[in-house]
Amino acid sequence: MKKFAVIQFPGSNCDRDLLNAALKAGAEAEFVDYRAASLAGYDGVLIPGGFSFGDYLRSGAMAAVAPVTKAIKEAAEAGKPVLGICNGFQILTEIGLLPGALIFNDQHTFISRDESLKIANSETLFTRGYGQGEDVVYPVAHGEGHYYCDDATYEKLKAHNQIVLTYNENPNGSRNDIAGIINERGNVLGMMPHPERALETLLGSDDGLKLFEEMTKWEANHVQIH
Amino acid sequence: MSRFIEPTTEDIRNQKLYAEMGLTDAEYDKVIDILGREPNYTEIGIFSVMWSEHCSYKHSKPFLKQFPTSGDRVLMGPGEGAGVVDIGDNQAVVFKVESHNHPSAVEPYQGAATGVGGIIRDIVSIGARPIGLLNSLRFGELTEANNRRLLRGVVSGIGGYGNCIGIPTVSGEVEFDPSYDGNPLVNAMCVGVMDHDKVQKGTAKGAGNKVIYVGLKTGRDGIHGATFASEELSEESESKRPSVQIGDPFTGKKLMESTLAAIDQPELVGIQDMGAAGLTSSSSEMAAKGEAGMNLYLDQVPVREEGISPYEMMLSETQERMLLVVEDGTEQKFLDMFEDFELDAAVIGEVTDSDRLKLYYEDELYADIPVQPLSDEAPVYILEGEKPETDEKVHDYSKEDLNRVFDELAGHPTHGSKRYIYEQYDNQVGSNTVQKSGFGSGIVRVEGTQKAIAMAIDGKSRYVYADPYNGGKEVVAQTFRSIIATGAEPLAMTDCLNYGSPENPEIYSQLEESTKGMAEACRALATPVVSGNVSLYNENRTASILPSPVIGMVGLIEDVNFMDGLSIGAGDALYLVGETEKSFAGSQIEKLIDDEVSKQVRGIDLELEYSRGMDLRRRLTEGDIRKISPLGRGGIAVKLAQLAAFHGLGVDVSVDIDGEDLFAENASRYIIVADAGKEIKDAVEIGRLTEEGFRIKTRDAEISRDLAEVAEAWEGAIPKCMTSVD
Repeated sequence: MKKFAVIQFPGSNCDRDLLNAALKAGAEAEFVDYRAASLAGYDGVLIPGGFSFGDYLRSGAMAAVAPVTKAIKEAAEAGKPVLGICNGFQILTEIGLLPGALIFNDQHTFISRDESLKIANSETLFTRGYGQGEDVVYPVAHGEGHYYCDDATYEKLKAHNQIVLTYNENPNGSRNDIAGIINERGNVLGMMPHPERALETLLGSDDGLKLFEEMTKWEANHVQIH
Repeated sequence: MSRFIEPTTEDIRNQKLYAEMGLTDAEYDKVIDILGREPNYTEIGIFSVMWSEHCSYKHSKPFLKQFPTSGDRVLMGPGEGAGVVDIGDNQAVVFKVESHNHPSAVEPYQGAATGVGGIIRDIVSIGARPIGLLNSLRFGELTEANNRRLLRGVVSGIGGYGNCIGIPTVSGEVEFDPSYDGNPLVNAMCVGVMDHDKVQKGTAKGAGNKVIYVGLKTGRDGIHGATFASEELSEESESKRPSVQIGDPFTGKKLMESTLAAIDQPELVGIQDMGAAGLTSSSSEMAAKGEAGMNLYLDQVPVREEGISPYEMMLSETQERMLLVVEDGTEQKFLDMFEDFELDAAVIGEVTDSDRLKLYYEDELYADIPVQPLSDEAPVYILEGEKPETDEKVHDYSKEDLNRVFDELAGHPTHGSKRYIYEQYDNQVGSNTVQKSGFGSGIVRVEGTQKAIAMAIDGKSRYVYADPYNGGKEVVAQTFRSIIATGAEPLAMTDCLNYGSPENPEIYSQLEESTKGMAEACRALATPVVSGNVSLYNENRTASILPSPVIGMVGLIEDVNFMDGLSIGAGDALYLVGETEKSFAGSQIEKLIDDEVSKQVRGIDLELEYSRGMDLRRRLTEGDIRKISPLGRGGIAVKLAQLAAFHGLGVDVSVDIDGEDLFAENASRYIIVADAGKEIKDAVEIGRLTEEGFRIKTRDAEISRDLAEVAEAWEGAIPKCMTSVD
């Protein structure tokens, strides 16, 4: 059985939700403190949402200099799946594992709602369970969710098929409706929406479950390099 | 010679410095009686906050005593940080509502944020993990720029704190009424869940046990906040901005997690949040409850800056702090735990068997106060109320253009969609939110079970003003109906009494009558009061607010899975449950057309309320009916508009009443959605949900609109006011 590390930064608040999602998808999962120096022994890394260090300086900025960051980078280099959701996505851009940045929503207020999204790349190790172009509903909840990148970066993202998730009704002004992107190698995924909150129809949507199920089926030789 | 320069006992007496702190001459004399000497500056400061209305309930205590506080499920009633109610399987729900009105009036963002932070700490200090937040807000009309400013600030403050600490805000209610111009109400409620055997009390017992301070370093913020909260707002209130505390949700989150960890330790004796009146109330209340004394060494308190005097330290309302009493010899274990959470913590004192609260700073004694009289002998004032005359007014809206009335009301911010507000709150963090803000109560599943807690908050101040006694009953009943609508069994409630100055006889009478009505409703509806809060002196420059008791209620859903896939659609039948009466005193049509509240009797049959509600609730959980929607402000017409707009469904309805009665607001009525042809007690089938169109026929008038128009008016009610550049 695959074992995932759920990183806990001071102030992380979607950590239990993410751990529960991994467990529900049939993986093992454990919390790992942000002071940990190594993630050896884990098959993948999950970086939860929710205001690490209060996001006081800038979302993800403090987390980016935490000791565990080096270990996250090593896991990514080793080709293990790394998934950052919401604040986790912000952290992945802060530490350079993903390009671009997340800036304040255009309306400058926090936005929390169920969001209709499109699977723009269904060939990643996270999204193979979905159809290409499939519509899904995951909740969003963020104040700094506007994905920003320069033209060159955007062209590169497009050329390498790195845009994985797009908004159907852009809630924050993100460039070209981008909601989630993957690295070129195809093992580091960051997204603003919360698939871990979309695991049961009772709570509004179970569209997120497939993402975690696919992730736990990951095999080293599946990682695609574009 | 003291290292701090402070007024002397003579200064305090001669210059009546106690009066500036909110104490009367008689209260000052009582302090002298208790101490057997004149109080020094630190001591009089301590008495002034402990005897403020906010901490002592000196004007409201007699009324609070009327409330039923026990019941089969009540594990802990009022008196501690929050009430605790059994939900079976050794689990309990913990909840309380609290006001942060005055701070929000002068500093809306921080006032609201710290209101949320404070109520969360109350729940956590009992040992519960918070699962939901609610809020009840009152502002003046959004046509005024200042009210828009207050709304923006308060909403972002609530979101700023709740989102960051990671507790979903799942329900709330908002009303806009000129009575709240310049004196907004911000009532925050928190609901938590815990195991029975972990219930903590704020008590200090066992001589020699150690007192630990944990959380933010103490600063000079919020000094005399409790006193400020107990005065009328005035021109000078702006200068009280330093009395408003500053929230730090990141530290609040760490404090919450570390507190919940500390509560798992058997060596913990007691714990209390440092809320209003900070170190003063937490230390003295814990000592009083433990029937012990306490010595505090204030030079040990973590401080933000040098030179903070004992007086300032005891009165500071710096946020995100807790006071713990732990068994002697185990203090290092707790300090290490807090260190791991990167929080400031220190041993600042010990429990004694002396029955006195003694405050030292570098071996100098700054206060020596007997513990029991400080908390128990606070003055209680029983004043004379004066009931106002009843109005003879006869309401007649039969000549009004009811389509116009409908447009005005359905598109008013009080009745329109609150999306502008609730989309700024994280509704789903924790991944257990079954029903979030939008239309009805919040429902949050108890993690790892199929149980869920329904939570609602409501207030109907115009009804209370029209008829304090029956209006008081209606406020409780209205919240009861909100819980019923989820299919939950109502369990218990919490109350926040927001009124004007009790020294005004009419307002005193409002308090007296409405609490009497509320107490009767609590008994009849089997929802005892387990916690609460009082906020008096809510006055702006010209008048008092409408009497605004706000009720928070929780209910239990044994198996929430009945809601999975539950939906309504075109073709479903609509039923009206309950007789519609020409009840317009306190109604929204009266506000719109007459611009006043007439003082007239409002009626409610509590026995009927209970049996009707419990019957409907059962039928919902059994799948026999698909939606329960209680009628409230704006009556049948506004409720149908909300229902249609929220669900994107049309209505085609015919009701055998006069047209104006579509806006009547008598109690105990519901709109039900179910299959056609159902036998529902006291109900008539009034029509259908449709794909499009919005039509309500009555005996003498018809409201007819496009569904898109209704939806647009409802959705745009608040946004259309907020687009202007302020």
